Amino acid sequence: MTDGIFRQLLRRPAGLTVLVVLGLFYLIAVFADFLAPYSVTDQDLRSTFHPPTALFIEDGRLHVQRYEMHDGENDNAGYRKVPGEGSPISFFAEGRDYRLLGLVPMNRHLFVVEGPDRLYLMGSDQVGRDIYSRLLHGTRISLSIGLIGIAISMCIGFIVGGLAGYFGGVLDNTAMRVTEFLMAIPGLYLLLALRGAFAEDFTPTQMFFLIVFILSFIGWSGTARIIRGMTLSLRNRQFVLAAEVMGQSSWKILWIHVLPNVFSYLIVAATISIPGYILGEAALSFLGLGIQDPSVSWGLMLSQAQNPQVFMEGYWWFLVPGLAIFVTVISFNVLGDVLRDIVDPKQKFLRT
Amino acid sequence: MKTLIAKRLLILIPMLLAVSLMVSLLMSLAPGDPVTQFEMMPDVDEDYLQRLREDFGLDKPWYVQYFHWLGQVVPFSYDPQAASFFQRFDFTPNFGFSYHYRTEVWDLIVQRLPATILLSLTSLLLAWLIAIPLGVLAAIYKDSVFDRISQMLAYAALSIPEFFLALLALVFAAWTGWFPIGGFTSTEYDFLSPWGKFLDIAHHLLLPTIVLGIGGVAGIMRIMRANFLDNIRAEYVTTARAKGLSEGVVMFRHVFRNAINPLITAAGFAFSSILSGALLVEIVMNYPGIGQLVYDALLQQDAFVVQAAVLMSVIMLMLGNLLADVALSMNDPRIRYD
Amino acid sequence: MTDQTRDRSPTAPLLEVRDLTIDFQSHGRSQRAVDGISFSMAEGETLAVVGESGSGKSVTALSLARLLPGPPECSISGQILFRGTDLLACKPHEIRRYRGKEIGYVFQEPSTSLNPVFTVGYQIAEAIRLHRPEVTDVRAEIIRVLDLVGIRNPELRWNDYPHQLSGGMQQRAMIAMAVACQPRLMVADEPTTALDVTIQAQIIELLRDLRTRLGMSVMLITHNFGVVSGFADKVIVMFRGRIVEAGSVEEVLAAPRHPYTRALLACIPRIGQKRRRLATIDYAAIERELREGEGGA
Repeated sequence: MTDGIFRQLLRRPAGLTVLVVLGLFYLIAVFADFLAPYSVTDQDLRSTFHPPTALFIEDGRLHVQRYEMHDGENDNAGYRKVPGEGSPISFFAEGRDYRLLGLVPMNRHLFVVEGPDRLYLMGSDQVGRDIYSRLLHGTRISLSIGLIGIAISMCIGFIVGGLAGYFGGVLDNTAMRVTEFLMAIPGLYLLLALRGAFAEDFTPTQMFFLIVFILSFIGWSGTARIIRGMTLSLRNRQFVLAAEVMGQSSWKILWIHVLPNVFSYLIVAATISIPGYILGEAALSFLGLGIQDPSVSWGLMLSQAQNPQVFMEGYWWFLVPGLAIFVTVISFNVLGDVLRDIVDPKQKFLRT
Repeated sequence: MKTLIAKRLLILIPMLLAVSLMVSLLMSLAPGDPVTQFEMMPDVDEDYLQRLREDFGLDKPWYVQYFHWLGQVVPFSYDPQAASFFQRFDFTPNFGFSYHYRTEVWDLIVQRLPATILLSLTSLLLAWLIAIPLGVLAAIYKDSVFDRISQMLAYAALSIPEFFLALLALVFAAWTGWFPIGGFTSTEYDFLSPWGKFLDIAHHLLLPTIVLGIGGVAGIMRIMRANFLDNIRAEYVTTARAKGLSEGVVMFRHVFRNAINPLITAAGFAFSSILSGALLVEIVMNYPGIGQLVYDALLQQDAFVVQAAVLMSVIMLMLGNLLADVALSMNDPRIRYD
Repeated sequence: MTDQTRDRSPTAPLLEVRDLTIDFQSHGRSQRAVDGISFSMAEGETLAVVGESGSGKSVTALSLARLLPGPPECSISGQILFRGTDLLACKPHEIRRYRGKEIGYVFQEPSTSLNPVFTVGYQIAEAIRLHRPEVTDVRAEIIRVLDLVGIRNPELRWNDYPHQLSGGMQQRAMIAMAVACQPRLMVADEPTTALDVTIQAQIIELLRDLRTRLGMSVMLITHNFGVVSGFADKVIVMFRGRIVEAGSVEEVLAAPRHPYTRALLACIPRIGQKRRRLATIDYAAIERELREGEGGA
């Protein structure tokens, strides 16, 4: 069943496009260490707020342009090219050590600068870290938070929604009141209130899972309601009644008869809700309540764009993470819409 | 209709109790309390801090604090000596005292709430004014270039994070200097004429409204387009045409009135995301609303302010949904709430 | 509208359809719904168009006032002469003067054909305001028309929404909308199909009554021969987009020439006739008979 969905997805131009884009992003997330010339924390206080560096070719090799600080007139300090000077770039060269997939020790990189100059493809931030490298590493948070988040909330949603729809009565009533309660609080207010209950000092991994946990806690209610609706409509179908008459346990019926029937909807509902998790994490980190420096996430990087210097001097490259969030979210949105068109074209269960 | 309103208002009471209980619990779970920040100061001695905690009741378990708070909140005091019957009841709610702002929480709310309500309403209005004609046109000219472009723009608008858009708007304001950066009024507001005051607020409101409205435009446009397409083939459309009505009347009177119904329901739900969006926009664009208040209060562990702000957001959401239901029953004669 | 203009050309038929062909395009395929049919109706005459669903009779009815979708989806050729004017050659704003004013429509399903969010009176008023600007008291006129179609207490009911009326009352309101501007031709597209049997007879009786009172011609689309006898003057039998039989009702009922007509007539249950099961249409047999007929000629 899911196999057919995937094939239909590939046949639609929009579906194919976003699959390629997302595939690329996931590759970047996996190989970020290989693709990035610098580590997340590699800073250089002598080149803060550096604009994207120019490249030039000399002796058949690509070089990074050298810059020097100048004081300029009217306090207009900045960087100035040093004509003709720079450092060569080597490809697939050895550089800093890292572990591929967190396991395999490696030190090869796509490109490494040989020399004193630093390569800033997308400029540097206020402590001279390479925004390009941080952007690549930030992919990991945004692309995994959605998947882990929905995995959790789909499980809770399926169990609660399935049981509520199947058994009805008090259980159903209680479950629905709880979901209504969660939905009665505007999402971000609830998010902040939940976040407020926890301390500031967490390790990056703890923080990541805390955010996932909070987002899933908010997110399961919507799924539960969709699943409940579908289970209710399946509840009185012949094959479920037949299974019941034959004395199968409720758990087994839910698992064998209900789940496969709602599975494709579940996939679509999951895809549709992924952007919510990505945006939720980005918003939390942006507000300084999520991923903390020196770890990296796109939302956190964007919060650095709130620096007044960025505004006044027009350091546009600080806004690039926003573009990355935008592309990821729009890809998942399109994917979700195409999937819904395939699975639920009449929008019986999954409305816009 | 009256039963609907009464029922909804009654549901609001247990809902608010549950929300406030949860917020109290959450705030008490957080390590530290409002007094913690004074511990760092070298010239403050332990006894003073202890006294502060006792004064605020911070040394008691959270549920004791909660019921103490609850006892204060119920905005009801009876004064048999008052002149008229109605003056005997005092409805001023007491939401406690803000440690951080050193003022009554209720005063803060009264100060901030109108700004948030105004921002939400203007952006909702903007979204409707732009999205409805766009959605209708996209449906009428389905699969045209206009339809495709507007669909694509809708996707884009739906996918831009509000805080990123707010940031872009700030950059725009800073570069052009056309708009004030942050605030609800200018410093010279008090000296302006009524018309000047209106313009001043509008000037401050414009950019946040656009930022918050754009996401709404996209969502409403898509719903409107889908609804319109659902109705455009209905049999009553043929009937209307068979009467000799012009295509404009058929579309904008007959189809439109039917297509708008699901949109009104959706507006109720959208209110939740508008409030969430407003929170981010307020913080980024430094707009003094209730969202900015709850954020600052959270950072300062100002529990009562967080409590009150969250409760206000719940009330706004419930009232928004109620209004949507009332509007729906007025537009659709088939709907009866009994 | 004076009597003079009404009787401008007494000899010309009210409606003359010549070589009408209608094609529908969907998913790149073209489907011929109506295949070169011709027929005519005289002033005051009642024509029944009989055929099963998909035979093209409803499409023909809608095409008269050009109520079918536009060109990419649907293309029409031929001529529809209404009192000498070719409606197919009219500009869109010209055709609107015929809709409702000269040709009134009644559809099959009143519950979906009436707009649910407007009152019945409002929907009738729309037609009156559009085509009869001389009417000053629109409310009184609505009530008069509702009374005409047999709605009791019209002064109370005109402000009702469609869902507040029963199916039969809804169809009466629908008919009121169709006759509000005293059209010369009423096209009733299966007006009784969606109704209870007892109501069906009432509605047919109402149409019969209105026909004589207002001097309208009526084109009745139906799949039921039972309704035709005693109501229509002429009958057309349509089968797969073509007219397979045409003539006066007496002729066709007494001596059906086409095998399909015979099959349709055989489907009507008759009182006093004992049958174990109702007849069904055997298409293979009809086609066989048609082929043999062609071979013989």
